[in-house]
Amino acid sequence: MTAPFRTASGGRIKRAETLSFSFDGRPLEGHPGDTLASALLANGIHLVGRSFKYHRPRGILTAGSEEPNALVTIARDAGRTTPNLRATEVEIYSGLKASSQNRWPSLSFDVGGINDLFAPIFASGFYYKTFMWPKSFWRSVYEPQIRAAAGFGMAPEKPDPDRYQQRYAHCDVMVVGAGPAGLAAALAAMESGARVIIVDEGAEFGGSLLTDTSARIDGKTGWHWAADIIMSLGLSDKVTCLTRTSAFGYYADNMIGLSERITDHLEVPPAHAPRERLWQVRAKHVVLATGALERPLVFPGNDRPGVMLAEAARTYLNRYGVKVGSRVAVATATDSAYQAAIDLKAAGVEIAVLVDVRPEGGALVELAREAGIRVELGASVCDTVGRLRISSLAIGRIGADGRATRFETIACDGLLVSGGWTPTVHLYSQSRGKLRFDAASQTFLPGVGAQAQISAGAANGTFGLESVLNEGYAAGEAAARAAGKKTFGAKTFSAEATDAAPAGTLGALPTDRDPSRVRAFVDFQHDVTAKDLKLALREGFRSIEHMKRYTTTGMATDQGKTSNLNALAIAAKELGKDIPSVGLTTFRMPYTPVSFGILAGVARGDMFEPVRQTAAHASALALGAVFEDVGAWKRAWYFPKAGETMHQAVNREVTAVRQTVGLFDASTLGKIEVVGPDAAEFMHRLYTNPFLKLEVGRCRYGILTKDDGFVFDDGVVGRIAADRFHVTTTTGGAARVLSHFEDYRQTEWPDLKVWLTSTSEQWATFAIQGPKARDIIAPFVEGIDISAAAMPHMSVRGGTFLGVPARLFRMSFTGEFGFEVNVPADYGRAVWDALYPAVIAAGGAAYGTEAMHVLRAEKGYIIVGQETDGTVTPDDAGLAWAIGKAKADFVGKRGMLRADLVAPGRKQLVGLETVDGTTVLEEGAQITPVAVPAKRSHAIGHVTSSYQSPTVGRSIALALLENGRARHGERLYVPMPNGAIAVVVTDPVFYDKEGKRLDG
Amino acid sequence: MLLIRCPYCGERPEIEFRNMGEAHILRPGTDASDDEIADFLYRRSNTKGLIAERWRHVHGCSRFFNAVRHTVTDKFVSIYKTGEPKPDLTALAASLNGVARS
Ligand SMILES: [Zn+2]
Repeated sequence: MTAPFRTASGGRIKRAETLSFSFDGRPLEGHPGDTLASALLANGIHLVGRSFKYHRPRGILTAGSEEPNALVTIARDAGRTTPNLRATEVEIYSGLKASSQNRWPSLSFDVGGINDLFAPIFASGFYYKTFMWPKSFWRSVYEPQIRAAAGFGMAPEKPDPDRYQQRYAHCDVMVVGAGPAGLAAALAAMESGARVIIVDEGAEFGGSLLTDTSARIDGKTGWHWAADIIMSLGLSDKVTCLTRTSAFGYYADNMIGLSERITDHLEVPPAHAPRERLWQVRAKHVVLATGALERPLVFPGNDRPGVMLAEAARTYLNRYGVKVGSRVAVATATDSAYQAAIDLKAAGVEIAVLVDVRPEGGALVELAREAGIRVELGASVCDTVGRLRISSLAIGRIGADGRATRFETIACDGLLVSGGWTPTVHLYSQSRGKLRFDAASQTFLPGVGAQAQISAGAANGTFGLESVLNEGYAAGEAAARAAGKKTFGAKTFSAEATDAAPAGTLGALPTDRDPSRVRAFVDFQHDVTAKDLKLALREGFRSIEHMKRYTTTGMATDQGKTSNLNALAIAAKELGKDIPSVGLTTFRMPYTPVSFGILAGVARGDMFEPVRQTAAHASALALGAVFEDVGAWKRAWYFPKAGETMHQAVNREVTAVRQTVGLFDASTLGKIEVVGPDAAEFMHRLYTNPFLKLEVGRCRYGILTKDDGFVFDDGVVGRIAADRFHVTTTTGGAARVLSHFEDYRQTEWPDLKVWLTSTSEQWATFAIQGPKARDIIAPFVEGIDISAAAMPHMSVRGGTFLGVPARLFRMSFTGEFGFEVNVPADYGRAVWDALYPAVIAAGGAAYGTEAMHVLRAEKGYIIVGQETDGTVTPDDAGLAWAIGKAKADFVGKRGMLRADLVAPGRKQLVGLETVDGTTVLEEGAQITPVAVPAKRSHAIGHVTSSYQSPTVGRSIALALLENGRARHGERLYVPMPNGAIAVVVTDPVFYDKEGKRLDG
Repeated sequence: MLLIRCPYCGERPEIEFRNMGEAHILRPGTDASDDEIADFLYRRSNTKGLIAERWRHVHGCSRFFNAVRHTVTDKFVSIYKTGEPKPDLTALAASLNGVARS
């Protein structure tokens, strides 16, 4: 059965095929080629949504991506539910399920519509003024309520199951928009042999030619001409044609962001196809043929369902074969609406009246009258009536005083409006090109550009089909030439069409009613009226940017495509300024909303961030290790036995190291190989410690400061050969330390002969720590004498370990006698698997990062980033011994002598013991001299590390404390919500102060 | 996304690079005054207009180089190797204005 408002013939829909779809559960029919909007209109449905703030019934205003009202939710399943889609862009398929938004319980009876009755209190800044107090209510009461009542569609409940692709591309000429100007530009560029990408957001190319069925180009119909060009573009292997593709952003250096919708219009998306694709295109030259947008008129009751832009109505008729009503009125300030009226009249739609605000009308007045249309010149719309759809309009004569005098009320079921045409300069503006205000057309046009681009056609303020085609071709030719291609000169087209003119009206129309009492909508999507804008100005908002934020005009998902110029004109009039001196608000990316899916691409779930695992990861996993994230690394945190708590496991691991032996995976430490004749000199200049005299085969704990004198990183450095150092860094510092080294090597001391190589991932590193460490490694070591005499503390030797090349360090970060063995990462797991049973057989244990932290804290060893925060000098951290006093210079030497860094009263590293001996302080807690500090008094320090120590049998903490080293023995307090905890300041070394255990 | 011309590799997208702060800030000797060391560590020109900066092609050849960039337009006006003299920014700015006018 044919839908009631479908014409008998015409349009680009496939009439032979019928598709079933539903809207709010109601079964409906349409044809392939229909948008949801055209199919709804064919079924006589105009009411499709409720407005944002007042829940007013809203219809379909446009036929394109600028639609502010007709937002719908399309649901395939719980994960494939997309809210806020524009019904004017959604293509129907068999089984499509669409629903309206922002209404409850139903679209025609919406409880939220009560907001409309209280509209006077929802004026500009309502939320700011009303919900200010009490403060705590904002988060708990006001915001959730407002968010529930307002807003658009609901987010889907399940994760998005679809795949989104990202692609990079390059081309000579990028053409945005495939209307007549864009097609002509692409043709010119193609003929030059340029690589061309042409995109259009619509389902098919053609732009205004799809609507203007009367157009003739070079003797062909507009459709026919476009089809020929589209075919030749499609056949060229140098041209990429993308439909359903929005150019949403124009970025620096001619990068264009494209969002291509691939499967949303298909009933059964192919399993292999991505749903959408993000293109990042780098174009040598860009042609912006983005057209123009028709402006609504601002009059009381201009938002009722049935009120529609005139050219949209013409599009529904000519492209989709749909009449938007049986008896429609037209209100216009421009010529193009006359052609819409004439086309609709010819299709059998009764035209109730055409009112033109211009006293003299335009070029088509006579043609319209000849067609039998009643034309009223110098007239305005004073009001409209109709609850869920317009039922009549009141028209008035515009007097010399700028007010209208009502003279007639006319019944209608539709009202076509046209305030004029606004060139679509969004992308141009995003490219940072300057806009100029053209007084004749009352529009902003491209001025001085900032990138390699050119605007053509209506986007450039050029109207008239022939001019548009010629300008488009010339733009394409110029772009190809700029991209280095040879072109063949201008080509001209001969064309006939109804020529739209840009001029029209801006701002609110004259009315017979009190403008402060009527609601004439400017921004339909955010429910902003002319009255709201005036109120904002009266309240002192002068800048257009402030007014935008206060009234929220132009800030909805449509970014005010249909409203910004009207809002600007109203502000200008109220301020008594001209439009250019009020200024435009900034155009932002994206032009139309872009899904999160294409921005994320494959970077979701496990692919969100790469995970780094050590060579022995699988073995630790098999032992039941619990892992913690350290940067991107997974590190074994502790190794619980069955039934053990974390605390029990850590205590056992610490005790094993102190009493027998422990095995620890230290592979995540950063490692840098420093090689070259000047390697020692380089190290000497970078580290606070002296390095020139470090003997081959010896190690040193080194501290790095930046030139500001603050601790930056630390680690043990081994001298492998006269010209070769094995540097270790903290796990998190690996990349920044190498960058720091490279900076000084390349830019400060380019004369030094030294090379740097990151070897973090080349070596697997295991610490074997504890009294039995030597017994454990002895069976595996070849070519190294590991006796105490031959291999003292802080030495390094090369040899083999388990038969593979190894660097063996005798060193300790636990305070116990021990070794660290480095083997090529490929053998890391084999070495762990060999060491682990030996350690267990000796009564030892594998230990994780938590036990490592406790062991080092018992010894007062700092961790960079825990005891330091970028404001701690080596002296603050108790490491003054590591500063080479005799060195002429090193990075940080002058910096750490600055007055503030040597002043008394700096925070210094200390130990803290709680008086009760059991409470474990909270890391980050503040330290005060009294239990209940006076208001506004400052803390004198803070806790940096805190653990329960099984070795000393009490809780221990490290802290940074003002004048800390002079306070040993003092009783201080750590205030907490449940009362202050009394602590005593101690030396930071809690165990084996003499360091005897290092000797084994 | 900006295109930046690495003097060793050629034009590459911005994400391959890291900005390393203002260029031509000389590291003073250990006898520097407090004021000189403060200049070196903290005080920057923060120009609206042309600025000479250090860049590093960190996800490429890893080399440091210098560039003159306009802080309003983000346009790279000059790119040169580390160690080469600082261009005359005033003269560069004047020549740019000349181009814009002509
Ligand atoms: Zn490079």
